[in-house]
Amino acid sequence: MPNSTATERPLFPLEDITVTPPAESPLWIHDLTVAYHRKPVLWDIDLAIPEGRLMAVVGPNGAGKSTLIKAVLGLVPTASGRIKIYGKSYRRQRHLVGYVPQRESVDWDFPVNALDVVAMGLYRKIGWFRPVTRKHRKTAMEALAKVGMTDYADRQINQLSGGQQQRVFLARALVQDARVYLMDEPFTGVDVATERAIVTLLKALKEEGKTCVVVHHDLQTVPDYFDHVALLNMRLVAAGPVREVFTEDNLKKTYGGKLTLLSDALQAYAGDPRLPKGKERGEP
Amino acid sequence: MTGLRTWTAAAALALGLLMPPVSAEAAGSLAESALEWPTWAELLRVISLRDYNTRVVVIGTTLLGAAAGLVGTFLLLRKRALLSDTLSHATLPGIALAFMIMSAAGGEGKSLLGLIAGAAVFSVLGTLSVMAIRRWSRLKDDAALGISLSVFFGLGISLLGIATRMETGNAAGLSSFIYGKTASMLFFDALLITLAALGAALFCLAFFKEFGLICFDADYAATQGWPVGWLDLILMSLVVIVTVIGLQAVGLILVVALLIIPPSSARFWTRRLSVMLWLSGLFGALSGLLGSAVSALMANLPAGAVIVLVAAAFFVLSLFLGTDRGLVRITAERRRLAGRIARENLLRALFEMDEGLPDPKAGFPHPRSHDFETLLAERSWSSKRLRRILSKLISKGLIETRPGDRYRLTASGARAAAEVVRKHRLWEAYLITHADVATAQVDMGADKIEHVLEPEMIRELETLLPEYSNAGMPASPHRFDGPKGGL
Repeated sequence: MPNSTATERPLFPLEDITVTPPAESPLWIHDLTVAYHRKPVLWDIDLAIPEGRLMAVVGPNGAGKSTLIKAVLGLVPTASGRIKIYGKSYRRQRHLVGYVPQRESVDWDFPVNALDVVAMGLYRKIGWFRPVTRKHRKTAMEALAKVGMTDYADRQINQLSGGQQQRVFLARALVQDARVYLMDEPFTGVDVATERAIVTLLKALKEEGKTCVVVHHDLQTVPDYFDHVALLNMRLVAAGPVREVFTEDNLKKTYGGKLTLLSDALQAYAGDPRLPKGKERGEP
Repeated sequence: MTGLRTWTAAAALALGLLMPPVSAEAAGSLAESALEWPTWAELLRVISLRDYNTRVVVIGTTLLGAAAGLVGTFLLLRKRALLSDTLSHATLPGIALAFMIMSAAGGEGKSLLGLIAGAAVFSVLGTLSVMAIRRWSRLKDDAALGISLSVFFGLGISLLGIATRMETGNAAGLSSFIYGKTASMLFFDALLITLAALGAALFCLAFFKEFGLICFDADYAATQGWPVGWLDLILMSLVVIVTVIGLQAVGLILVVALLIIPPSSARFWTRRLSVMLWLSGLFGALSGLLGSAVSALMANLPAGAVIVLVAAAFFVLSLFLGTDRGLVRITAERRRLAGRIARENLLRALFEMDEGLPDPKAGFPHPRSHDFETLLAERSWSSKRLRRILSKLISKGLIETRPGDRYRLTASGARAAAEVVRKHRLWEAYLITHADVATAQVDMGADKIEHVLEPEMIRELETLLPEYSNAGMPASPHRFDGPKGGL
């Protein structure tokens, strides 16, 4: 019974500081819980990803896949839990992490061209007040070439197709030369050319020993594109090598019957004004 | 005589400003009753900035316009345009309160610096109240903005009422901050505006890269470690500065126009952020310059309103003539595309008729002549339109005329036609074999897409359809002998 855990654990788990984060793991998550307006979105996630793997994060809509990535990046407040990149907090390791947001997260009518967007990945390296120079543009061009977009460098971004926009975002993450890449639904709504470009890129990154965590929605392609998978539905159902955990049983647990009792109880808790507020931020 | 003089003066003015089309008599009668139209001498005085007072006002508003245009660019791109409206309305209680405190302390009560400080404090309070409502009430942005704007403005009007009844100080003229009173601008005010404008320009330059980043993708900026909150604070501080120094010139109701309209106009001309920034500054400066000059010429016209109207004139001009997304250009492009599509359709029709005739050379039909009526029957175009398309193709050397109103593809025409037909058939084949994919991913009219296929897409189609990508001409994937349809 998956919901039996609810009675055994405290409603918001306390942080377990006795566990030491491993310094060799590109992404290590311990006891992570995230809540929006007191409604839990992620529940007690434990995850350790080995280096040099391509990991898909799959799960139904609203399972908290994007929230997981955003929690790692510090974009959403966590209720509890610890997240480490190579054993240290994200704030100290941001230079090691490349982020590819969902394409819909920005206004593509912005007055910049593809090359400008890619160069944004270099801003941190360039530093305060300094302009983008020819050297930086050259680096950005190389990243565009890796995603097959050389011909579109001067193109205004709203004149790119959805797939091409996605590849621009990928190139922006590539120029950072990170060791861990977090990608939020890069395959959603893209054309065949882009899908192939992303797959080639993922394999190339793996060859270089980089780690990629990719929110993915197409279950059919998981075994082809990835070697690791995390099955997520508010809590982590299973995570590990595809051939071990990508089983029908686990998928049924992830997509099948919702965790009705637990989520109902939590819904009721979140909506009840008499109960104390759940923590939305910071340490317990 | 009066009429003639008025008319010439108005004509001179119309160079920079859209004048209402009034006849000489109407203008003359207006001059007697309402507006005072300027004389030549007055016009000259304003244009040459010979008058000290005019000089101060014109330079001040020009710089104000420039500063507002620069800062407004980032404000607009950060999608905070309406926040600046709330912010400017929230200054009023600050002005009234500052006056009350200063006059209670024994001063005259109308020290500009003091009033501006009060305005600045309350504009920040107004912004904070918006953020507080958003944070704790789950109300959406528009409601939060509306509540703050009206409450602060109401508070301001009430305090102003109290201030005018105070025994100390002279509150007369305080209400000019609502609508602005450019003519009362002094040298010190102009100096203040100059400094603020220079500061705003410097900041926009220094933070160009950083502001651009948070405007485009604030979340990404945050993951990169950029202090988005601090950058927003700097940007909003610049907005506050421009607003409070603009209060006296254009008034708190209209100052928002200087922040929003110039960058909106600039967007029609360019797709580069840097160009948009400078263009917006230029539009703002010109609005301030022309607006205050016109207002100086005509005593009854308040400068704030004229400045906003000039800015609006630039906006309308940009909306139509803008080189990036102006309506004229968009219409012209649409027409050009429609023309190209019609020409390509005609080329394809000719090619396919040649193909249908016996004895074609291998893969490449021998061009034959066809008469006008046959071509007219090919598609649903009027004979006038067909004539136009034909003459265009003839002038391009793709079609040649034959005796008896007949037409034939030239050698280069046949090559161009082959290219079109090839694109068309690849696309058709794609639709037929991969239709389920196509309908999900393609939302343009299928018969229009073949005309805008990019080389990358064609390569893509060729790899998808290996049986069609041989060097020669693919056969049409659909064969039917009925009348030709839309495709």
